[in-house]
Amino acid sequence: MTINRRDFLKVSGAGAASTLIAGCATQSAPTVAKASPKVVVVGAGFGGATCAKYLRTWGPNIEVTLIDPNDNFISCPISNWVIGGMKTMADITRSYDKLPSQYGVKMVKDYVVAIDTKARIVKTKGGGSFSYDRLVLSPGVDIRTDLVGGFKEAEAAGKVVHAWKAGAQTALLRKQLVNMPDGGVFVMSVPTVPYRCPPGPYERASLVADYFTKAKPKSKIILLDGNPDIVSKKPLFMGVWNTLYKGMIDYRPNNAPYRVNGDTMTVTTEFDEVKGDVLNVVPPQRAGAVCEMAGVRTAANDNWCPVNLTTFESTTTPNVHIIGDSVSAALPKSGHMANNMAKVCASAIVELLAGRNPDTVPVITNTCYSAVSDTKAGYVANVWRWEGAKGYVSQPDGGATAVPDELNKAYNESWASNIWSDVLG
Amino acid sequence: MKTTLLVAGLSAFMLAAPVHATDVHTRTIASTCFACHGNNGVSNGAIPSIAGLDKAYFVKTMQDFKSGARPASIMKRHASGYTDAEFVAMGDYFASLKK
Repeated sequence: MTINRRDFLKVSGAGAASTLIAGCATQSAPTVAKASPKVVVVGAGFGGATCAKYLRTWGPNIEVTLIDPNDNFISCPISNWVIGGMKTMADITRSYDKLPSQYGVKMVKDYVVAIDTKARIVKTKGGGSFSYDRLVLSPGVDIRTDLVGGFKEAEAAGKVVHAWKAGAQTALLRKQLVNMPDGGVFVMSVPTVPYRCPPGPYERASLVADYFTKAKPKSKIILLDGNPDIVSKKPLFMGVWNTLYKGMIDYRPNNAPYRVNGDTMTVTTEFDEVKGDVLNVVPPQRAGAVCEMAGVRTAANDNWCPVNLTTFESTTTPNVHIIGDSVSAALPKSGHMANNMAKVCASAIVELLAGRNPDTVPVITNTCYSAVSDTKAGYVANVWRWEGAKGYVSQPDGGATAVPDELNKAYNESWASNIWSDVLG
Repeated sequence: MKTTLLVAGLSAFMLAAPVHATDVHTRTIASTCFACHGNNGVSNGAIPSIAGLDKAYFVKTMQDFKSGARPASIMKRHASGYTDAEFVAMGDYFASLKK
């Protein structure tokens, strides 16, 4: 449904802003307040866990059920540091314990297998059935391994991983790099946009280069980018590739892999056939599979989920909210963004369930640090303010560092620790 | 038509409750700061805590980041995204948090 907001732009000032956003903020109106409304959140990553925690903090009468199949929270941010050997899996793993004990979130360890958006019921593999007044989907990305020929077989054989979701594949990729002989070739690919964590592939290449420089200096990195140029923080990454890692990284734009062979250890692109000792192919991505179950992932939006960006409610299905990577928007897909979207979404849901109107001028920020070595990092930071018909407008002083330094490396590490505590309590 | 009715209903509500909307906005924008500055503004590591900061100090610091009077690594980029009124409202809130 498209709502014409033009009429509401004629007025200005604080009171008028309320009217303006009311016209586009909600698909479903605030409901008559229930004593104990139910919200089900699917996915306990940066978006979902944050949303559950803030729903309980701001709406203590709300019964919040958080469904996720994982035992622990494993952070994608900083997982490149594990691959580069600067951190361990234990360093990026955190417990969910405080969400139930301190915030009263009901944790369900299970897979979602069906969503009935008419009856408002979520069903899980273990036979659970959860009714909701509002549903929040925060599944992250679905990695399209089907779009790279041979990937599924090579992945199942443990020969080629994407490691684009932190976990067992992160540890396996690190092990492959450790086992690689000096003088070996590491082949990595960058998916076509949009994908999770725009600077992530370039950070990974840099940190593997840092590891090679110290441990295997004769080794090479071939970076096959599906995009025409470096997607994020180009001056920062090019700067270190041309200095710290001079001659080590062979960057090849417009080179999306369409086939990988785990037996011959070969990656095929439109222009190249590249052999390597370790292959790290990162396929293209779309909104998580549960979004398909709820009917909110749309082909018209390139398999992402269109939402009303002031409440994150689906524009196709009432009472279903989507946050994080799965959202269709000209906003970066980062853990920090998912955390910020979760807060705007939680705030809106608390108000809507109480029969009130949500915040009319939400603000979303992104802070994204990237390490380029074991001592230096840089960042990109932006603030987006909702400006009615213009949508989220990036404020003028946003931007990225061009030169990495030690201070930002310290901030990068502190940022990780702090956002984990904000997400998990 | 359905949209028009919805808008009319919500607008009426908003006019009746402007103060509430301000509080919700402050609560939400203040929480965006916790992503870097830690749960309820209590930080681990190099990034400073903001819980329990003196309100006047907070407001002045944010204004100086925004104007460039105080040099910063990342904070000019963030401070420039907020208004003076928001600095005051967030300053009130952060001052109330336990260090």
